[in-house]
Amino acid sequence: MTVEPLPTSPAVPFQESARVALANTQLRRNMGKATQTIRGKRANSVGELPDWQELREAGRAIKERVLRHLDDYLVQIEESVRRAGGHVHWARDAAEARSIVVEIAKRHGTKEVVKVKSLTTDEIGLNPALQAEGIEPIETDLAELIVQLAGDRSSHFLVPAIHKNRSEIRELFKRKLGLEHLTDEPKALAGAARAHLRAKFLSAKVAVSGVNFGVADSGTVSVVESEGNGRMCLTLPEVLVSVMGLEKIIPTWQDFEVFLQLLPRSSTAERMNPYTSLWTGVARGDGPKEFHLVLLDNGRTKVLADPMGRQALYCIRCSACLNICPVYERTGGHAYNSVYPGPIGAILTPQLAGVDNAPSLPYASSLCGACYDVCPVKINIPDVLVHLRGKVVRSKQQKGGWPGAEGLAMKFLARVFSGRRSFERAQRLGRLAQKAVVRDGVISKLPGELAGWTAMRDAYPVAPQTFREWWETRS
Amino acid sequence: MSQARLEILRRVREALRDVPAAETAEGVAVPRDYRRADPTPREERIAHFVERVAEYRAIVRRVGADGLADAIASACAARGVRTLVAAADVPSSWIPPGVSALRDDLLTNEQLNGADGVLTGCALGIAQTGTIVLDGGAAQGRRALSLLPDYHLCVVREDQVVGIVPEAVAALAGSAGLPDRPQTWISGPSATSDIELNRVEGVHGPRTLEVLVVAG
Ligand code: SF4
Repeated sequence: MTVEPLPTSPAVPFQESARVALANTQLRRNMGKATQTIRGKRANSVGELPDWQELREAGRAIKERVLRHLDDYLVQIEESVRRAGGHVHWARDAAEARSIVVEIAKRHGTKEVVKVKSLTTDEIGLNPALQAEGIEPIETDLAELIVQLAGDRSSHFLVPAIHKNRSEIRELFKRKLGLEHLTDEPKALAGAARAHLRAKFLSAKVAVSGVNFGVADSGTVSVVESEGNGRMCLTLPEVLVSVMGLEKIIPTWQDFEVFLQLLPRSSTAERMNPYTSLWTGVARGDGPKEFHLVLLDNGRTKVLADPMGRQALYCIRCSACLNICPVYERTGGHAYNSVYPGPIGAILTPQLAGVDNAPSLPYASSLCGACYDVCPVKINIPDVLVHLRGKVVRSKQQKGGWPGAEGLAMKFLARVFSGRRSFERAQRLGRLAQKAVVRDGVISKLPGELAGWTAMRDAYPVAPQTFREWWETRS
Repeated sequence: MSQARLEILRRVREALRDVPAAETAEGVAVPRDYRRADPTPREERIAHFVERVAEYRAIVRRVGADGLADAIASACAARGVRTLVAAADVPSSWIPPGVSALRDDLLTNEQLNGADGVLTGCALGIAQTGTIVLDGGAAQGRRALSLLPDYHLCVVREDQVVGIVPEAVAALAGSAGLPDRPQTWISGPSATSDIELNRVEGVHGPRTLEVLVVAG
């Protein structure tokens, strides 16, 4: 079975969409302000915990344990959820997941479903599938509502409308919700969303959510949120369908103590997010009478098959790596053309969709390493990026006889780096050759096929004397 | 359906060919050398809890054991609360005179939505994070009760306040995972960071959270 492209598959290379985004000064101002604010707050919040590094290591290790024994844990969570009165479905790909959810909604004869923000349901393209069956998906998260009303796309995991400022939001609400006298006070804007959605919550029969964590040994599922729209969706409707990526499993209840410390501080920089809901199957007289858990593969087993790239599945979607990334800060999320933007998107999207479908994303980074430092589950994003760049180059080589300039250059470099003599010979040659291009001590424009390297940066020339040469003259 | 199940499990096993067959899940070490207990003395711990609940812009007050009824009454009076949702096992002594209690005997969502407020106890409080946990235990009731009214008044006994998150998780281990005991962790009133990444209180959950910390 083939994996279909993610809904906004990166057909457009990152470098091209980034150029468009960079030209939008309002966007850059909104993004810069928002990411700078959150970065400072996150550092304070994390600094408050003396055992932050120990928690990170525990979080990483728990995820490693789960992934290395994922088959056992999948079977276990299925049993646990069934024992607790829930239904479990398995979806190999997006289409299968969509039809499971649509089928459940249709069986209950509903015309509307309320939704809690969920990247996973975005990934499978659920909303258009519901609409095609005459069922209206209602996004209930404030930012998702903004994005949905604007006919826009999300640009951040947690704050999908991070690219919009308050006056833009006010204009949108005025227009779409018919609110004449709305101010741009955040409180007033939040109040408008509350009034708009309350009736929907009270009448909805079916809700759809994602899942933050699913406990294998008890079947307990959890959603971490801020606004209370999650609680509404998880509590009021009769039927609840939660779509969970295979990798969201944690082994035991005790493991929550790690993730409920790592996630809020890394994401919204709070000691704790306003609301976390945890439920196990179906409770008598409390909440939905029917609970469905959909276990979604959709490319995850392909990521799992790469022992190096597998760590991308540790991700708890906190978005710290987005907020810290100097590239994301300037381009915003849309440039990545994927549900998963930013540094994690740059390693996850190409693996989920196949490197051939997103060959530019592993290059959407300067490899500065800031993302690794902030990642609460210690995903070594720079290492995986480099690993994937290798895969992109190899895949290009395999596809067509002509290996491309980069492939040739890499081959050549491999030979040069293979021995000290060849390396030193290359340095001497380089010194001769660069005479034509060095201006004021830097190379700002390389000729021919190499021009791409200097399009965005200066290159530094080979030094007049290398350390080795200097060392030799000393003795 | 079961075909999808078989296929996914097959893919997973194939993907994990590098994992030695003899390795067990427990064989993958999880170091737990983060803090599991907080040595902070009780008085300081309670003070922390109060301080951190307040930082979420919830209203929080400490009251003596015999001052609880009065504190509830004055909180309700200050907001003009006339109808108060309460689970069947909330002590009658908590309900102020002049306020009518809507005891939860399967109240409809509309009834809950129309009430002025809700009064609950809790399972525990966490000082480190200013969090209150409800788990459907004593004096709490089902989840919708503390969700639909716009005002949540919550009573926390001092001896229910633990220091840090791992202590809370340990204390809840007995009921966690039971279908009839769903949990809600509450840290401040409903809020959003969706507008320019600033925390704004008051979206879909109760816009006002008031916490009374009772000695005892
Ligand atoms: S990769 Fe790490 S930092 Fe980035 S969103 Fe995932 S968990 Fe957070």
